[in-house]
Amino acid sequence: MDLTRRELLTQCSKLLLLTATAAKALDSAGAPPGPDDTYRMADHWWGMIIDIDKCIGCGNCVRACSKENAVPDGFFRTWVERYQVSEGGEHPQVESPNGAINGFPPATREDLKSFYVPKICNHCVDSPCVQVCPVGATFLSPDGVVLVDTEYCLGCRYCIQACPYGCRYFHAGRQTVDKCSLCYHRITKGLTTACCENCPTGARQLVDLKNPKDPVHEFLRNNKVQVLKPQMATGAKVFYKNLDGSVR
Amino acid sequence: MQGVEGFMYPNEVELQWSLLIVLYPYITGLVAGAFILASLERVFKVEAVRPTYRLALLTALAFLLVAPLPLQLHLGHPERSFEMYLTPHRSSAMAMFGFVYLWYLTVVLLVEVWLEYRADIVALAQSRTGLMGWIYKALTLGSYNVSPASRRIDDKVGYVVTVIGIPSAFLLHGYVGFIFGSVKANPWWSTPLMPIVFLFSAMTSGIAAVLTLYVVSMKLRRTPIDMRCLDTVAKYLFYMFVIDFSLEMLDLVHRTYEAGESFKSLDFMVHTRLWTSQVLVQILLGTLLPILLLAATQLRRFGEGLRRGLYLGASLLTLIGIFAMRWNVVVGGQLFSKSFLGYTSYKVEFAAREGLLPAVALMILPFAIFFVLVKLLPPWTGSKATEA
Repeated sequence: MDLTRRELLTQCSKLLLLTATAAKALDSAGAPPGPDDTYRMADHWWGMIIDIDKCIGCGNCVRACSKENAVPDGFFRTWVERYQVSEGGEHPQVESPNGAINGFPPATREDLKSFYVPKICNHCVDSPCVQVCPVGATFLSPDGVVLVDTEYCLGCRYCIQACPYGCRYFHAGRQTVDKCSLCYHRITKGLTTACCENCPTGARQLVDLKNPKDPVHEFLRNNKVQVLKPQMATGAKVFYKNLDGSVR
Repeated sequence: MQGVEGFMYPNEVELQWSLLIVLYPYITGLVAGAFILASLERVFKVEAVRPTYRLALLTALAFLLVAPLPLQLHLGHPERSFEMYLTPHRSSAMAMFGFVYLWYLTVVLLVEVWLEYRADIVALAQSRTGLMGWIYKALTLGSYNVSPASRRIDDKVGYVVTVIGIPSAFLLHGYVGFIFGSVKANPWWSTPLMPIVFLFSAMTSGIAAVLTLYVVSMKLRRTPIDMRCLDTVAKYLFYMFVIDFSLEMLDLVHRTYEAGESFKSLDFMVHTRLWTSQVLVQILLGTLLPILLLAATQLRRFGEGLRRGLYLGASLLTLIGIFAMRWNVVVGGQLFSKSFLGYTSYKVEFAAREGLLPAVALMILPFAIFFVLVKLLPPWTGSKATEA
């Protein structure tokens, strides 16, 4: 085959161009989906509202979270506690069998006040876990979500010690700290979190505090709400309706 | 769940900071304490402790070289630890450790050891041949001038370095205390007294370590022990221990009197899971008994042999007591739930990455380094000790 120099260069250029395009296409095909193009972090400020009276302790949220985020066995990004409290409120009996991933056995004491408390990272504004990370691998995103950069985390576990709520754990497989990401991969695509989506009673709802149309504003205006351990001054953004004083 | 009593948050059951993290404040404490003892001679002109000056410096150096190893072994990604130097997170109490460590190692301890040994190194570089000769030549850093004038400069610079070194030693260990004391989520740790308690316990353990090494070294070398020196070191050990114990008691009284939200939970823990390690080992065996032994030597004039025995016994008990204190702080702080409703337990594994075996190896390592340092830079020949 006779090729002129011009033809050879043209063919090579085409080949290079096609290879580069194919490589790029392959890259994007294999990569996890990124945030929605229309998503602007500055427009959001995420939090959650939890209505204690609506939680039935079914454990759907725990199962959904565990599956969605491949949470290792024995650790939890969200869990549910059952409180059984006497009249005086002293020495509450609390349990959370395996994080309530399979719900709860029937309550044994009829004479005690009983209720369920779903727990999740509070995505605090003044988060002690973010404060103590020696390399800044855990951070508060501009849209109000406390995340861990697993490519950067040293695995020193200082943040686990600093979290007053027990929301962090050490991921043995990755050798880094892991925690609730508020299903960041979902919420940046306009979806809600796995736990909220699977709650059959709507006891927990993802809220956007920056969205003036979000029902959270009405919820906060019309209900008596509380955050966990307010004395810790962490700026928690998970708001509980009708939280009992015995809850820690 | 096995080992759990009451209610723990589900992620709390497993302890995060293990035996290796117990070693970390223990080792840095020995460093700081040994250095403070060395500075007694240099800055505060306590001539009696001269024979321990070089020994204390080498002890501090040997332990300081090992200090970061338990941390490295503990990290999930030790290969990323250098990021603490490159991108330190300024709000983190832990982020400065690397800098404080490097400052202390390079600016304070290595410089002071080098200045102290410079004349010896030059003499050895000129007299030794072969590999050792090359090592000593390298250690001279090219400076062979040991004229009286240059030695006077060494002495002046050494003095300044020691003066800088004292607050640096305070910083090194007080800072370790702050890492724990600033965790507001943990009431067992969270107290402004923590850095101060750590500091005085560090001085206590460091002095006890040097005293032990001095007595053992002299026995091994069949050299008479300088009793004036030993009496003085023991006196300082006694004073430091009394201050340390008072501070710990102040903390205890404060917690008991205040009886805050966490008090019942912590009180129960001390009376159950920490009873042996805290009450029996730390307080009775490792604090009150050595203080009593040391107090006896201050009040009564015993014979030299008995005094030596009492000092050595008190020092060994002190080292056990301060280790127990570190254990009770680090492990104790993780045995109770932050819900204050339950307790977990901790069982040390044996041959695991953070088990007993590496911990024992890490505690033997400083002594091995110390042995090499003593061979390389003999603390007894040509030192001020022999001049004294």
